[in-house]
Formats: sequence, structure tokens, C-alpha cells
Amino acid sequence: MNTYRYLRITLLLATVAIVSACGHSSKSSGNIATYTVKLSNLSHNQPLSPLALLVHHRNFSAWQIGSEASEGLERLAEGGDNSMFLVETRGGPKPEGFSGTSVIGPGEHSEIDVVGLSNQQMRLTVASMLVNTNDAFAGGNALDVSTLEVDKTLHAYLSIYDAGTEANSELAGTIPGPADGGEGYNSERNDTNKIAMHPGVATTVGDHGDSVLDQSHRFDAPIALVEITRLN
Amino acid sequence: MKTVKLLSAIPLALAAHSVHADMLDIEITNLTHAIHFTPLLISAHNNGMSLFKPGVMASSELRAMAEGGNIAPLSEMVAGFGASNSLNPAEGLLAPASSASIMRFDTGNNSYLSIVAMLLPTNDGFVGLNDWQIPDTAGSYTLYLNAYDAGTEANDEIVNGGGAPGTPGIPAIPGEETVSTASGVTSSEQNHTVHIHRGNVGDVDSEGGKSDLDSRVHRWLNPVAKVVVTVK
Repeated sequence: MNTYRYLRITLLLATVAIVSACGHSSKSSGNIATYTVKLSNLSHNQPLSPLALLVHHRNFSAWQIGSEASEGLERLAEGGDNSMFLVETRGGPKPEGFSGTSVIGPGEHSEIDVVGLSNQQMRLTVASMLVNTNDAFAGGNALDVSTLEVDKTLHAYLSIYDAGTEANSELAGTIPGPADGGEGYNSERNDTNKIAMHPGVATTVGDHGDSVLDQSHRFDAPIALVEITRLN
Repeated sequence: MKTVKLLSAIPLALAAHSVHADMLDIEITNLTHAIHFTPLLISAHNNGMSLFKPGVMASSELRAMAEGGNIAPLSEMVAGFGASNSLNPAEGLLAPASSASIMRFDTGNNSYLSIVAMLLPTNDGFVGLNDWQIPDTAGSYTLYLNAYDAGTEANDEIVNGGGAPGTPGIPAIPGEETVSTASGVTSSEQNHTVHIHRGNVGDVDSEGGKSDLDSRVHRWLNPVAKVVVTVK
């Protein structure tokens, strides 16, 4: 058993050595791999907007704590619209974007197959809005699937970020989800304009009498489970 | 063809047996400020079974554990499938900010580890580790666990002794004799699968209000437990 494992590791190292020996041309080397990405919504009453998935190079980053959100991320986090987020390059190598087809309710899950060039540089980013908030999103940033073997599954629990582009007023008319039916994206940035971890929602039970959110909308991290299975 | 496959699987199964007959030392620490764990169930089991899965409906056995702290049905169920269990290492409640240990836990043929215990006071909250693959390599591994909601009971936060599956209410606040004066936080549950617990609501009115819990005391943020597993 151990001998077999040792052999496999040796073979893997040999492959890496060959790839790095190719120098610059190794950037585009690798195998075309298919992954199934399954997201389960683990919140109590926060439907999640259609999943946005980016397959990208490790030199690309869709967001960073302390930085300004891109317009695509702002649109995703305030209104659940991922169309611009999926095509933004942010100055780095262009990612491949994939979108889910529908909102994922609490207790529901969604699956997307994505295809990418599997090599040491490959990363996967996942994002989706918590629709009963002003600008919270579930995120998994640059998940490393480069060493994932065929038929193996990587489990990732998603954190909850605040896009920092809209004040967390929780007031009627500002939240697009079913708790309110209010506005989604608005180009005005009236919050810190820095991405941070989300502080949670006050709701009416937190003595925010004007909030459209109630106790059912509260949450703690993680908000979702992502299971990435490599198919080939 | 099937017979051939079965026969060839036997030596493999024997090989796996020798690899995974691990001895584990396990230390579980309750990281919360004022939430007790009811008797813990630690289970080493195989790939095909789970104590629970996030995003999936709770079994009736899990429900008995989450609503009333009764680990007998769940431990018997998995033992029937060859699991190796350790029950109640704290010999009762595991108090906030304290630890319980198991020495030389024999995992038998099993290669996955799961842990559950009800959180008190909650309606159907529990601390959980699901399907952690026990490493082959000797060493010390640290895991942090989250608080889940079984999704089987509305979080009314009425402390009435109700611990039987299907009976509303919270069994008890450890160390207190509670006479319920609360009207109830909610009578509905939005997510009927196992999900991340949104936290207790509580209030500061000990002679009324919606909750029998104290909003300043009976709260937590994830993670709620630290587990150190030492593979011998």
C-alpha cells in the first residue's frame, strides 16, 4: 500500500518536473478537465442568486478584502446579477465564466459542470448574493483544484462577504429578495467602499424597528457548502 | 462477472483493514461562552454512511439527538452498519470552555470520523463533524466545528422541557430552573434540511417577551468546538 503511494507521488513529481522544464510554454499545458460544482444553501432564510463560477489562473483575483469591489461584483452583490462579473478581466488573465440557471433556496442545491485547463495554476472562484440583504455575497475565492484527482471531491464551506458598496440599512425598498422586493443594483456607493467579512444583519429582533428583515433572516458563517468533483 | 469482482475485492478489503485499524486520541473542547453540549457521540464509520449531511434532511435518529440530546438511536443505527462508537466521554454535559478526551479510540475497519452533540439551550441545534477522512499519517490534526440546525423543529425558544422528537420547546437551560414566560420567537422553519444555525434570538425580559433565553448570554458564533485528533 505504502509502496504504491510512494510510486504515485514519484510519478506526480516527475510530471511536475517535465511541466516546469517546458518553461514558458507550460502556461498553456495541462489537460482539459471537467468538474461538477454543487452548491448547497445552508442558510435558514437567505435564497442565493444564480451561482457565478470563474475558472481562472492563480494570478487573477475576483475580489480582495480591503479593496474596492469591481462594478461586476457590485451588481452581483446588490442585485444578484452576475452577467458582468462573469466577463470582467480585472487586468489579469481572462477567466472562463459559468452561471447557474436559477435562485437556490434555503435547503436547495444547484449543480454546474465547468470545463477548464487543469494545471498547477488553475483556480475556481464561486460567488452568489444573499438576496435578503443589501450587499452580502457568499464567496469562495480562488479554490485550489489543481491537485484534485479524477472522481475525487473537494469540500469548501463558503464565507459571507460584504461588498461595501451599499449601506446595510435593511430599509424597505433597498433589498431585492422576497423579504422586501426592493431595489437591486444602484451605482451610488454609500458605504465603506471596501470589501470585508459581513457583520451580519440587525433585523427587528436586534431592535432595528424599521428593518424589513426578521429573526428568520439572520445567519452565521458558513453560508453554503460547495462540493467540486473532478469527472475526467 | 459480478462474482469475479467480488472475489477480487476481498484482498483489497483486507488491505484496507490493516491500514485503517487506527488508534486515535481525541480531545473535544466546547469553545462557546454559555452553551452546553449534551452527551457526545463520536463515531468512526465507513464511506457509505453519515451521522448527518449538511443540506440534507435529518434522519429520525439525528432528530432525537438534536431535539433532546438522545444519542442512543443514532449510535445504534450506525453500529448496525459496523461503526465504532464512543459515547458520552464528558460523562454528562460538556460545559462551556471545557474539554473532554478519549484515549486510544479504536476505529476498527472504519476510515471516517463524525461527532455530534446537542447544543443547550437550543430547540434543535447541534455541534457537528461529518465524514472527516481519518489520515493514514500519524500526527496531530486540529478541526473546528460549526453549529448546525437540524431543521426539524421551529426555534420557538420556549423552555418547557420539550425534548422528545416532535415536541416543541427547549428541554432546559443547564443550571437553571426555568418557568417559561415567553410567547415564542417563531412557529415556523424555513429550511427543513440540516443547515448552519442562525443563532438564538433571546431577549432581556426574564418575565415575558418572545424568548426564554437571554440575548446577552445564550449566543455564539462559529466555530463552537475545537477537536484535536491524534493519529497513533
